[in-house]
Amino acid sequence: MNGKIVAFCCEHSAYLAADAAGKQGLHYPENLRVIRVPCAGRVDIIHILKAVEENATAVLVLACEDGLCQHLTGNVRAKERVKYSETLLKEVGIDGKRVGMFNLAANAPHKFIRIINKMNEMIKEQGEGK
Amino acid sequence: MIVAERKPMEEIIQMIAPYKKVLLAGCGTCVAICWTGGEKEVGILASQLRLARSNEENKIDVVQATVERQCEKEMVAELRDKVDGVEAVLSLACGAGIQTIAEVFEDKPVFPAVNTTFLGRPEGEGIWLENCGACGDCFLDRTGAICPMVRCAKGLLNGPCGGTRKGGKCEIDPDKDCGWVLIYRRLEKQGRLDLMQKYYPPKNFRAVKRPGKMQAIKA
Amino acid sequence: MARDFRQTLKTKDFIVTAEAAPTKGSSIEKSLEHIELLKDKVDALNVTDNQSSVMRYPSLGICLLIKEHGGEAVLQVTCRDRNRLAIQADLLFAWSRGVRNVLCLTGDSIDVGDHKEAKPVFDLDSAQLIHLVHALNSGKDMAGNELNGGTDFCIGTTATPSADPIEPQLVKVRKKLEAGVDFIQTQAVYELDELKRFTEFVRKWDEKVKVLVGIVPVTGAKMAQYMNENVPGIFVPQYIIDELAQAPKGTGINKGIEIASRLIRKAKDEKICDGTHIMFIGKEEKVPEILEAAGLL
Repeated sequence: MNGKIVAFCCEHSAYLAADAAGKQGLHYPENLRVIRVPCAGRVDIIHILKAVEENATAVLVLACEDGLCQHLTGNVRAKERVKYSETLLKEVGIDGKRVGMFNLAANAPHKFIRIINKMNEMIKEQGEGK
Repeated sequence: MIVAERKPMEEIIQMIAPYKKVLLAGCGTCVAICWTGGEKEVGILASQLRLARSNEENKIDVVQATVERQCEKEMVAELRDKVDGVEAVLSLACGAGIQTIAEVFEDKPVFPAVNTTFLGRPEGEGIWLENCGACGDCFLDRTGAICPMVRCAKGLLNGPCGGTRKGGKCEIDPDKDCGWVLIYRRLEKQGRLDLMQKYYPPKNFRAVKRPGKMQAIKA
Repeated sequence: MARDFRQTLKTKDFIVTAEAAPTKGSSIEKSLEHIELLKDKVDALNVTDNQSSVMRYPSLGICLLIKEHGGEAVLQVTCRDRNRLAIQADLLFAWSRGVRNVLCLTGDSIDVGDHKEAKPVFDLDSAQLIHLVHALNSGKDMAGNELNGGTDFCIGTTATPSADPIEPQLVKVRKKLEAGVDFIQTQAVYELDELKRFTEFVRKWDEKVKVLVGIVPVTGAKMAQYMNENVPGIFVPQYIIDELAQAPKGTGINKGIEIASRLIRKAKDEKICDGTHIMFIGKEEKVPEILEAAGLL
């Protein structure tokens, strides 16, 4: 995952948005690595930590909008796990801002692109690595 | 159940600072249940330690292993191959487990990654409360089964101290109930307040002579 | 001059005691000043025992000073810092040096003090401590061994009339009365109804024990709020906090003294209890003003 922006994308929302973005020819960074998950709630803390261990530039979890999770609380759990991951990373001196959680709908490819680009810019500003 | 909490990260990092290859040993019983030292937590801590020591000159190799009960010599012995290959062991088990693994592998430095805190039970998701003091002279028959040794912050036997906060909260911690108010209410509910009205002489603090030892007989 | 406190309890109409905290250090000048100031104005002077879990010169040491200067002392013993051996030993020593009165207390928690990592003892509770003194008084130690010289202490204890809930507290008070105490010095009282309820309860079980209402003057609204939150056993009611808040700046202490003396007068005039115990820690030099305002000098 060296240098990559790893985006765990829920297949009911973010993954479809990413797909749409691709089909519409919207431009996103080359270092984006999309990982499709059945629900944002499937992403566990260890997945986030492992991605950081493998030198991911940033790790994102992209979930369905509030109240619209197909599995009811997957996006809520994901939010708590991402928050906890930030704490765990901070404990070992790693900036928690490299991890982020966002909500979006399937028909929001522009929002998807905005999220990815914003993350990329923020990382570039801080300089790569810890 | 035995409850333990992970030590602060700075302490852990400092303990294993001199070592380049360590075994992170978890336990699948009590510490797994209270989300402190089971297989999952071993994985997370291992990842954190590798990130903490990701500097080229200071890299650490973390081997992971979790046994069902770390306080059992036979189960711990199965880790021999892994232990042989490391410089030190960092255990996430309770104090009983940590010391067992240290006894079985006597030539290997063994470190505690957790602080073992108390015997207790879950109150809500992830919330653990101490309720037994392992005093060896159980008093629960006289207090409606509420332990005065640990649920009263001062371990009193004849009723509350004068410092109870308004609403029956403990002098020491306003978020905790006064143990003796709980005992009173329980006995009142059962119509057995006479138990609390009795005078109880000083406790036998030598009921268990530390370190405790028991010979059990199998039926 | 020293008057036997046990006698005073039996014969005096309205008993007056006060409390002094020992110095925090080995220099006893301040304590000597307090002793000189108060010893002849009160029937007995309590000396606190690592009060609020703040390490200080021992109660026993100041009690000896009080005796040396012709006053009557009450030794306070808590269960927090000493086990049953140490307490019995201390009491034998105290008796041998002329200390005749002992107040049995549980003791504040370690956490409110200045040595927050110390190990709390609590080998005994206050009811068991009272039994301990009775054992020594009968010439035996707690383990039943005959002593080469026993004691004959006048025994006191504390109680919290404003405890909420009050019932568990009263269960313990009754046990203490059944163990046998000569006097009770209550925690701070601001509501005399609570005191009345308490004294009535006490009288049901023991007609002879003397109840001395604890008076802790509060000198400002902020102080009252602080005490409510941080000092065990103290509940200053809102109307007193309001009265203090309305006092003009700089007159807080006078207001506090006024309120305190008002409570004492009422308790005395309406015969709600048998006396008063004044606790003005840190401002021991102001105690005579309270006594004066309450008509007790």
